[in-house]
Order: sequence, then structure tokens, then C-alpha cells
Amino acid sequence: MENFNYHRPATVAAAAALLKKSKDGVYLAGGHTILPTMKQGLRAPKDVVDLSGIKAMSGIKASAGAVVIGAGTTHMEVASSSAVKKAIPALAEMAGKIGGVHVRHKGTIGGSIANADPASDYPSACLALGATIVTNQRKIPADKFFTGLFQTALKKGEIITAVSFPIPKRAAHQKFPNPASRYALTGVFVAQGKDGKARVGVTGAGPAAFRVADMEAALSKEFSEKSIAAIKVPPRGLLNDMHATAAYRAHLVSVLARRAVAAAK
Amino acid sequence: MPTLSLKVNGKAVSGEVEGRTLLVEFLRDQLGLTGTHVGCDTSQCGTCVVHVDGKAVKSCTVLAASCAGASVTTIEGLAANGKLHPMQQAFHEEHGLQCGFCTPGMIMAAVDIVKRNGKKVDEETIRRELSGNLCRCTGYHNIVKAVQSGAANM
Ligand SMILES: Cc1cc2nc3c(=O)[nH]c(=O)nc-3n(C[C@H](O)[C@H](O)[C@H](O)COP(=O)(O)OP(=O)(O)OC[C@H]3O[C@@H](n4cnc5c(N)ncnc54)[C@H](O)[C@@H]3O)c2cc1C
Ligand code: FES
Ligand code: FES
Repeated sequence: MENFNYHRPATVAAAAALLKKSKDGVYLAGGHTILPTMKQGLRAPKDVVDLSGIKAMSGIKASAGAVVIGAGTTHMEVASSSAVKKAIPALAEMAGKIGGVHVRHKGTIGGSIANADPASDYPSACLALGATIVTNQRKIPADKFFTGLFQTALKKGEIITAVSFPIPKRAAHQKFPNPASRYALTGVFVAQGKDGKARVGVTGAGPAAFRVADMEAALSKEFSEKSIAAIKVPPRGLLNDMHATAAYRAHLVSVLARRAVAAAK
Repeated sequence: MPTLSLKVNGKAVSGEVEGRTLLVEFLRDQLGLTGTHVGCDTSQCGTCVVHVDGKAVKSCTVLAASCAGASVTTIEGLAANGKLHPMQQAFHEEHGLQCGFCTPGMIMAAVDIVKRNGKKVDEETIRRELSGNLCRCTGYHNIVKAVQSGAANM
């Protein structure tokens, strides 16, 4: 790994100022994507701005309508939070299935979403729950956030400070983990909002997380396994690699969606 | 080079580190604590697991500089007064190792599992929570037995 200047600011404003000043700077949260990337020589920034010293960016607040999770909150904190378990149990369960224990002790929700790995779990939850990504500049609806393979709506230097998840009537997450990496070969998050409308978020299958409109329409009419039994997702445009073919991933979307609907609570 | 001060195995230590110095490099190369191993250097294998502020983490994927002020425990910090930690003793008694390369990480992960799940942690939980630690020798059965028996004595 190339050397760099290390910074650990205490506030969001100081972090943004440091990045702006740097010719080639990068934020570091849990480091569990960016450090491996730098070790491989795929990134060699001049400045690394560590966000982990910013207290205001971590922690979980639940109100009647929403659960707001600070961007620096670790997967383990989300998985073991009694507030999340009570308000959106599916979200806590999903966080508890990310990587292994050691990864969950470091990886953060903000880092995961900013990175937008096609195989990462949070994007499916953000889409299905209709989350809002809060940054130091604006609020971005999840539907506008994940724009492509490792691509998001974030502008250069923009910092995710929190993610707000509306509390649904019921929800569930199902994941087919890659047996080696534990990342999602395909994962489906299904939620029915308090207004009865259903949303289906899929990760791992396409270059970016996406929703399945046909399933959502059927589930909004009748939230049952039966109502989506015949709905298939076309494999065109899905990921096709050594781990699974596009057709297999398309098949997994249908199977996991049905299982998620059956498990939703 | 910035100076780093932190606690390692209960003792205050400090040293000069580069921005890119990994926690595992600081422990092994500067402090000579070579019990913490590097198996993969790609965040997969768990041989480098140590506790930072009481949490098991992969020290090959943590910057030393980010541990300023933290309290780190390595495998060398477990035994007290010349007596093995109950988890170390259990790995010995249950034959939870063969070559021993994965063992420091396994034991640090195991102690963390018991801390969070209690002395009566069941086999399924142990197997699930060891998913970030790879062993190329044992086939895991004796490791799981060792964790269960060590847990009971912790
Ligand atoms: C062995 C292993 C297994 C894993 N398994 C899974 C899995 O099953 N499912 C899964 O979803 N993930 C998995 N991950 C990824 C893990 O969840 C990472 O935590 C996550 O991808 C990145 O989060 P981080 O906090 O480590 O971010 P970092 O690596 O620190 O940062 C990632 C990127 O996001 C940027 N960034 C970080 N925080 C912010 C912020 N607040 N605002 C703006 N930009 C920011 C950084 O600049 C960087 O570009 C795994 C990782 C490993 C090493
Ligand atoms: S050396 Fe750190 S996980 Fe393998
Ligand atoms: S005992 Fe050899 S790798 Fe585990």
C-alpha cells in the first residue's frame, strides 16, 4: 500500500474541508472496502480522512415513524440494537448476516452505501424500505441514490451522515450468500409500508440494486406468496460471472422474494 | 511520522507509524508481538484477529493510526500469572489445532464469541460466528468443541 497523510477530524465540517483541500483524498469509515482496495493498488490516495472520530455520525434513533441510523454505525451495532430489532426486525437480521463477526465490528452503513458494491446487502433494504440518505448537503431518496456499478448520486467530497428508514408494517430479508465471501450472490428485501404499498429491493443480481415493479404491484394488491408465484424476472442485464449465471440469479430473485414474503413480520 | 500512543495488553505503548501502517504490522514489527499472524492480508482468513476496545477485529484491515488511545488485546495478553487462559487451555485439551497457524485468531474470536453470547453458547452459534476464521487443517470439529468447553470455564 502506498503511503498517505492520515487525518482524523472530529466534525463533519472539518472532514469535508480536509477532503476539499486535498488533491486526491478519500474518506475512510470502517476501512473494510477501502483498505483492501488500496492494498491491491487500485487506489493510492494522498490523503485519507478517517470519519470514525466523528461522534455525531454514529448511533441509532427510533421515533414513531422512522429509524435513523448514523452513517458511522457498525453492522454489529445495527444487528444488536434493541430499537432496530423492535421497529424493523428484518433490518437488524440483515445487518447480522453481513460478512462475519469481525467485519461487522468495523464495517459501517455509510461506507457500505457509499461504496454501492453490487453484492452488498444494505442497498436492497434502502430501496425496499424507501430510505432517505442524509448527507452534509442534502437528502437523497434511495430510489435516486444507487445509479450503477459502484456508482451513487454522491458528489465529490459529499459525506453521508445518516440513513433514515421509515418503519414498515412488515418486512423480511432473504439472502443466498456466496459460500466463500458471504456477500450476497442474490438478496431480496421485501417490505409492506403502513399505507399497504409493497416494495421489493434486489441486490447481488444486477450491476446496481433494483426494484421489481411487477412484484410490487401484485403484493400491493395482495401481500401473499401466491400473488407473486408466477412472476419472473428477465435475466437480461443481470450479472453473469463465475459465481452464477444471469439466469440463475433471475431464478434466485423469484425464489428469495417468495420466501421473504412468507417470512415477513 | 506521527507518534501513536495506545494500550496493548494493559501496558501503555507508543511508536512512530506511517499513515499506511496496519495495526498488525505495528504489533508484529514494532512491538514484536508475533503471536498475531497474517494469513491472507485480504480480510478473509481471521488469523490476524485481535480485540480493539473489547471487539474482535481483523488487524490486517485496521490502520494503526486509527487506534490512537485505544486498548488492544492480542493472544499474548490472554494468559495471566503464567497460567493459560481457559480458552487456550481448552484448545490444548480438545486438540483444537494441528499446525496452529490459525489458532491465535481462533482463540481471540472465541473469547469474543463467549463475551457476547455467554458461557452456554450453542454449537450452531459458534459455527456461524467462526465464519470469518479459516482453518486449513482441523476440519473445525475440535475447534468448535474447544470453544464450547473453553466457554464453560471462562
Ligand atoms: C470479508 C468481508 C466480507 C464482507 N461481506 C459483506 C456482505 O456479506 N455484505 C455486505 O453488504 N458487505 C460485506 N462486506 C463489506 C463491508 O460491509 C464493508 O463494511 C462495506 O462495504 C464498507 O463499509 P466500511 O465502513 O468498511 O467503508 P470503507 O471501506 O471505509 O469505505 C468504503 C467507501 O465509502 C466511502 N465512504 C465511507 N463512509 C462514507 C460516508 N459516510 N460518506 C461518504 N463516503 C463514505 C469511502 O471513501 C470509500 O470509498 C464484506 C467485507 C469483507 C472484508
Ligand atoms: S490476515 Fe487478516 S484476515 Fe487474513
Ligand atoms: S490448525 Fe492449521 S490452519 Fe488451523
